[in-house]
Amino acid sequence: MIEVKNINKSFDGNQVLFDISGVFENGKCNLIIGESGSGKTVLMKSIIGLHRIDKGRIEYDGRNLPDMRMKDIRILRREVGMLFQGSALFDSLTVMENVMYPLEMFSADTRKDMEERARFCLKRVNLEEKAYSLFPSEISGGMQKRVAIARAIALNPKYLFCDEPNSGLDPKTSLIIDRLIQEITQEYNITTIINSHDMNSVMEIGDNIMFIDKGKKAWEGSNKMIFKAENEPLNDFVFASELYKQVKKANS
Amino acid sequence: MGYLYQTGQYALLMQKVFVKPDRWRMFWRQFPKELEKLGMESLPIVIIISVFIGAIMTIQTKLNTENPLLPTYSTGLVTRDTLLLEFSSTIMCLILAGKVGSNIASEIGTMRITEQIDAIEIMGVNSANYLILPKITAFVLMMPFLVIFSMAIGLFGGYLVGMFSDIISVADYLLGIQYAFIPYYIFYSIVKSVVFAFIISSVAAYYGYFSYGGALDVGKASTNAVVNSSILILFFNLLITNIMLN
Repeated sequence: MIEVKNINKSFDGNQVLFDISGVFENGKCNLIIGESGSGKTVLMKSIIGLHRIDKGRIEYDGRNLPDMRMKDIRILRREVGMLFQGSALFDSLTVMENVMYPLEMFSADTRKDMEERARFCLKRVNLEEKAYSLFPSEISGGMQKRVAIARAIALNPKYLFCDEPNSGLDPKTSLIIDRLIQEITQEYNITTIINSHDMNSVMEIGDNIMFIDKGKKAWEGSNKMIFKAENEPLNDFVFASELYKQVKKANS
Repeated sequence: MGYLYQTGQYALLMQKVFVKPDRWRMFWRQFPKELEKLGMESLPIVIIISVFIGAIMTIQTKLNTENPLLPTYSTGLVTRDTLLLEFSSTIMCLILAGKVGSNIASEIGTMRITEQIDAIEIMGVNSANYLILPKITAFVLMMPFLVIFSMAIGLFGGYLVGMFSDIISVADYLLGIQYAFIPYYIFYSIVKSVVFAFIISSVAAYYGYFSYGGALDVGKASTNAVVNSSILILFFNLLITNIMLN
């Protein structure tokens, strides 16, 4: 579980996050949603520790990140998996080597065991075996995301962060990736935080949704509660299209 | 103020680079790859430039020292000393700053803008150490060999002038390149080349590591790396020459 308490963050005197608090539970897909420029990426990067916050607490199962030394942060990060917007696979390594990378860095297993683990992770994300020896540039965007998920779960992480996991994918592949993330989250009881502005994701896997508006937490709830929400900025954001307006009308 | 900030940032980066690797196995896997990429793949350009410069230097020295009072071996002697003292270390390093420096800056810069460095950091790996240390050590190790190779090939270029033209006789040239030879010059050149190799690889890595934005910014980082490492090479050339030859 990750708990954030009164997070404040500013850049050069310009405050971006205002007193954000919330709980991200394990075994659930926790979504951070909001318009572009609302501060959701800054919030996620602050939770991971890529941005140092001005004030507040970020507790990873009781361990407060801002109080940690770099050495301890590095140890904590070995419990973290991250899926980047652009997949961030290493161009110079094959698919197999990409998944092997965290294992080779931190696992004490034999090479054979590491290969077995990498194969297991790649199978888990339903990647065909013929793609294992290919380089990231030789596979599709959807396959790259799968490899990135496989790499993120290679070390059995306790926490999984996904930054815009559906960016650049077609709706069908987006759905597959969303469901994969949800299955893995539930299967391994991971604390998953997903940064998204994809409405299909919100409706499909949003167990716990935090809506950020102008750097402030404006709403919190689940995908089931979102239809009945009275929050005006949230409704403007989520039900922006005519289709979603009709869906909301039908549901409420 | 900007330069002061950059110097501090560079020093902090080097502090992150020069620590014990998280896994020596990964370092030893990267190291030979960098030896090949930064060192062996630089050999063709070193050979081509050295042989031509050696030949041109011999022709120009001969043409500019046409004086009956000067001994016939002087052309070989001047060519040798110019190659040993300046060309094979400083000028060759300036050329390699363009090739190797831009290669390192663009590779690391691209990794930065495509979030590959963030991915390494998120895994808890010291990205600076993992990415930069093998490059610096490999290039610093390879540079003296490249310099010695350049000296030999440059001298061979002058020899070819004697072989295939009547500008200078082979005997005079061979006498000149052996006359009053000072082995210390080779040591001086190697010391310079090691310092320059460190400058090229570390400055390029710095600009790549702290690049941001898109492809255009990686291009800018690459240009800055080459320009600034070239200026630093010239400055340290003056400093080392003053210390070692004065």
